[in-house]
Amino acid sequence: MTENLSMAKAINLGLQRALADDPKVLLMGEDIGTLGGVFRVTEGLKKEFGENRVLDTPLAESGIVGTAIGLAMRGYRPVCEIQFEGFVFPAFDQIVTQLAKQTTRHQGTQSFPVVIRIPYGGHIGAVEHHQESPEAYFAHTAGLRVISPATPNDGFHMIQQAITSNDPVIFLEPKARYWPKGDVDMSNAAAPMHQSRVVRTGTDITLVGHGAMVAMMLDAAEVAQSEGVSIEVVDLRSLSPIDYDPIIASVQKTGRLVVCQEAPGNASVGSEIASTVAEHAFYYLNAPVLRVSGFDVPFPPANLEGLYLPDVDRILDAVDRARGY
Amino acid sequence: MPYTEATLQLLSIDGTLVESDRTAEYRAIVDKLGDDQLREFYRHMVTTRRFDIESGNLQRQGQLALWIPSLGQEAAQVGSAFASRPQDMIFPSYREHAVARIRGIDPIHIIELLRGVTNGGWNPNDFNVRLYTLVLGSQTLHAAGYAMGIGFDGKSGTGKVDKDEATMVYFGDGATSEGDVSEALVFAQSYQAPIVFFLQNNQYAISVPVVRQSRSPLYKRGEGFGIESYQIDGNDVLISYAVTRTALDAARAGEGPRFIEAQTYRLGAHTTSDDPTKYREQSEEDYWKERDPIARFEKFLRTKGESDTFFAEVKQEGEDLASDIRTRTLTLTAPTIDVMFDHVFTDDHPVTAAQKKWLVEYEKSFGGER
Repeated sequence: MTENLSMAKAINLGLQRALADDPKVLLMGEDIGTLGGVFRVTEGLKKEFGENRVLDTPLAESGIVGTAIGLAMRGYRPVCEIQFEGFVFPAFDQIVTQLAKQTTRHQGTQSFPVVIRIPYGGHIGAVEHHQESPEAYFAHTAGLRVISPATPNDGFHMIQQAITSNDPVIFLEPKARYWPKGDVDMSNAAAPMHQSRVVRTGTDITLVGHGAMVAMMLDAAEVAQSEGVSIEVVDLRSLSPIDYDPIIASVQKTGRLVVCQEAPGNASVGSEIASTVAEHAFYYLNAPVLRVSGFDVPFPPANLEGLYLPDVDRILDAVDRARGY
Repeated sequence: MPYTEATLQLLSIDGTLVESDRTAEYRAIVDKLGDDQLREFYRHMVTTRRFDIESGNLQRQGQLALWIPSLGQEAAQVGSAFASRPQDMIFPSYREHAVARIRGIDPIHIIELLRGVTNGGWNPNDFNVRLYTLVLGSQTLHAAGYAMGIGFDGKSGTGKVDKDEATMVYFGDGATSEGDVSEALVFAQSYQAPIVFFLQNNQYAISVPVVRQSRSPLYKRGEGFGIESYQIDGNDVLISYAVTRTALDAARAGEGPRFIEAQTYRLGAHTTSDDPTKYREQSEEDYWKERDPIARFEKFLRTKGESDTFFAEVKQEGEDLASDIRTRTLTLTAPTIDVMFDHVFTDDHPVTAAQKKWLVEYEKSFGGER
């Protein structure tokens, strides 16, 4: 059965299914209960499952993640919502120092199935701390799994997979993609959550990216098609671990790769992909791997976000440069 | 000096019982203790101190990377640990050696942590004692969350004192300045979680005196969050037992969290990397040596008629423990690389699996020559 849903609604239904499937699943966060979250992703769930399953917590991010760790020690599977990515840093210590290291510290005697949902990314014209892309911090941290859906269908399935995972999962929700609708397969058939996927085939050059960048790359591919350039697009879906096989296979075919991301390029997920592809597909590359990123500056005032964020033109500029080699 | 008008005490420094209306309810709890239980208090204080000294020596001799002494804090720990019930989950900081031993943890596991053999040490569910936490205050949030879970499970407040669960978390005066501790107090109070915050105020955060953490007595920190709070003489094992028993039973009964500040003193260094002579006066140490928790309790037991034989037996038990720990420390072997790779994740993970495979083959390539 297929439904046409926004990603916000699709994640909502995925959470609902997870809550119904397992009484140990809890949602925790600021304003997620009665209000349904500032993006309404948890709308209606407190009413359906009660205040002991959907917790309007005190306003303290470290407290949310720290108590979620304690709840996991007791056998719960907490799903924390961080209201905006810029508010995750008060919880950064509990995520990096505690959550990510608890499993190895316990040497197999205890799992830590905690999901941290983080709306992230730009394109929404918001104030400071509401448009950033902090994924590299988490991808760099051993002990965390980091995934990001680009479509409503992935939102529905990947949130359930994240909750079923026995490991901590950082679940990055691209705010810019909360509202556009797409088809969602409501059956339980889903691709593995760490699988990257070719979402458009092409022969001349490969684009790789995640989250809101996927739609941007597809738009760029459409424009390029009209100019006679065939672009293959890979949706990363998982930022840690990264599934390199489809990327390498694509590069072996096209010989060129551009990595697209909203985050600053320095020490980014895109840097890691460039490095790994250079190592594993060196003789197939006809051009250096290029990155299209945000700039290495703090996210600017929203009036400048159009200049800061990669867009179709910046992607096509990189495509041209890569094809110029 | 740190004692205030609020400080609850049952045992004076000369080992006699203090009569007061304020402590009558705690006296009643202590009066119910049998002689065997009192002997256990003493036995654990003495043997843990001996273990502690031996471990410090092992560090000095290069056998441990670090040692974290608990010298002087035995009464606070022994009284509170014995006050907990078996079903209570305890969250230690990193200095609660007496608590760990009372819960049945072989102290060689603490040695393993400080010898660099493990970052954990035991299965928390075997003892209802979580692992040591080295970043200050982090565990207070874990404990608050765990206690919230007790509430969600309906495992507190049923009126069955032997079944209802509570949680106790240990932390220090330095940790009270960490934001996590304040957030833990907020969560615990907000959800009326069954938890006791047990603060061992040993007067120093490494070198910095407690006055830098707080200008008012720290038990008032708990009160500021609306949590019923107590300040006790932490070098009095009897008041530590009685007040903790009262607080934990209130928490398990569904009355919400409690906060205990135990006034004690770290007679030794913060760790073996520390040099207390740089920041405190001998006269201060002398003041606290007069308030030593073991000497005081020994006087009490002798007055009660405990025999020389008993004290000699306990002393020998401490020597035997020290000797056993020394022997076993020297035979500890380095862990295999499984420890590094196998439990980073619970589910399969391609990166850790591939890197482990690579390292095994790389090491093998030296043919055992490395």
